[in-house]
Amino acid sequence: MLTIRSVGRRFPGGVEALRDVSLRLGAGDFVALLGPSGCGKSTLLRLIAGLDRPDTGALDWDEGHALGPGDAGFVFQDATLLPWATAEDNVFLPLRLRGMSRGRAMPAVRDALAHVGLGGFEGARPRALSGGMRMRVSIARALVTRPRLLLMDEPFAALDEFTRHKLQTDLLALWRELGCTIVFVTHSIYEACFLARRIVLMTPRPGRVTRELASTLAHGPNTRLDPAYAALVAEVSQSMERALEAG
Amino acid sequence: MKAAPLLFGLLALIAWEAVVRAADVPPYIVPGPVAIISAFAAAPLSLLAALASTLVVTFVALVVAALLGAILALAMSVSRLAQAAIQPWAVVLQVTPIVAIVPLVIIWVGYLVHSPQLSTLITLVVSATIVAFFPVFANTAEGLASAPPELGDLFRLYGGGRWQTLGLLRLPAALPYFLTGLRISGGLALVGAVVAEFVAGSGGFASGLAYTIQEAGFRLQVPRMFAALVLLSLAGIAINLGLGALARFVLRRRGMA
Repeated sequence: MLTIRSVGRRFPGGVEALRDVSLRLGAGDFVALLGPSGCGKSTLLRLIAGLDRPDTGALDWDEGHALGPGDAGFVFQDATLLPWATAEDNVFLPLRLRGMSRGRAMPAVRDALAHVGLGGFEGARPRALSGGMRMRVSIARALVTRPRLLLMDEPFAALDEFTRHKLQTDLLALWRELGCTIVFVTHSIYEACFLARRIVLMTPRPGRVTRELASTLAHGPNTRLDPAYAALVAEVSQSMERALEAG
Repeated sequence: MKAAPLLFGLLALIAWEAVVRAADVPPYIVPGPVAIISAFAAAPLSLLAALASTLVVTFVALVVAALLGAILALAMSVSRLAQAAIQPWAVVLQVTPIVAIVPLVIIWVGYLVHSPQLSTLITLVVSATIVAFFPVFANTAEGLASAPPELGDLFRLYGGGRWQTLGLLRLPAALPYFLTGLRISGGLALVGAVVAEFVAGSGGFASGLAYTIQEAGFRLQVPRMFAALVLLSLAGIAINLGLGALARFVLRRRGMA
């Protein structure tokens, strides 16, 4: 759906966040952008979302795939919910910003909350929810517009490991069910290998893509026990180490 | 633990009374608590009327300061031009000692308003407003810019306009800041009212507690001075606790505390 051609981005102050990054995104892909802090993966995600523009290169959307408002959902590292609004109102927000009435939006809002396993928590405020549940609300908010593209910026990095595993499994189920494209930024090799069908390795200073690996894992609940998963983690780790040494 | 401050206060009062009696200090130098209470009991209505008059000035000044502060902070947050134009003057107002401004306020208000009663009232309110303005203004301005940038990104991503961002994000995010500012301004409004009254006198308008203190001082009615002082500090405590309770109530209802 998207071809990223030799994209570069330099911030005022001289930091070169991205240099000559090229990447193709197919419809239905689950791509992980993996790398250490400062490798430009979040910047790349913001470019895809249209929240930032590249200095050089271009993002070419395939015919009919260009993003309008609501075509892309964004999930940040923090849940970034409105603290004064209920779960329902938080999920309603994207539709509200597009001028939809509450009554017309409610079925979609309830549906999105049910999809992330939060049916029954419509009236809860963020303070009353756990970190994992807040992230679920955040994901529901990203899904409520039925986006074709879901962009996630280290969404599970701040959660405890048990909650993280559960959310990862649930995210895979959602991806299968909804059939959207997911670009998932992470600095966890385990997470990237468990979730993504394509793993894009990035290295810092300047941020660029060094390697891309395809995963043929089943991406199911038992994948963590699969020897092939361990092998993939090892391969990715070695590639990353080599790339960082070379860089 | 909760009773500790009360208990300490009570012990201090007893010690105070004991020292005053033992050393035989005359009440026109340092009155004991009993003499102060008697001074209040001798003329409770005149003291309470003075308190009411000071509180009216305080309350009106606080409301005006809150409205003005919130509106100007809002204007600053919507327009960079307004920000550039307003901010330095707000600081000028804040750093200039109010005692030095009151005589000017008296002249200007007196020129514009001919009824002496009304002109005194307005002078007091204007002066107290100047003192109370800054905290509510500065806090609201900070609150309007306090929403995390990711939420700003989210609003942009979904095509939220400037006014939607203001109404759905920045204003609600500013509420706790506004309430904090209001609490600080509440105490300052009382200070402003008292300082202005010291400088302006009461010229016709029902005299407040500062005037009572001055007048009692001229007559060496020191116990009465103390009684007025106690009322002032009780009023300050009540304002602080009341606005604190208001903030907690509102924020709890909004799920923010």
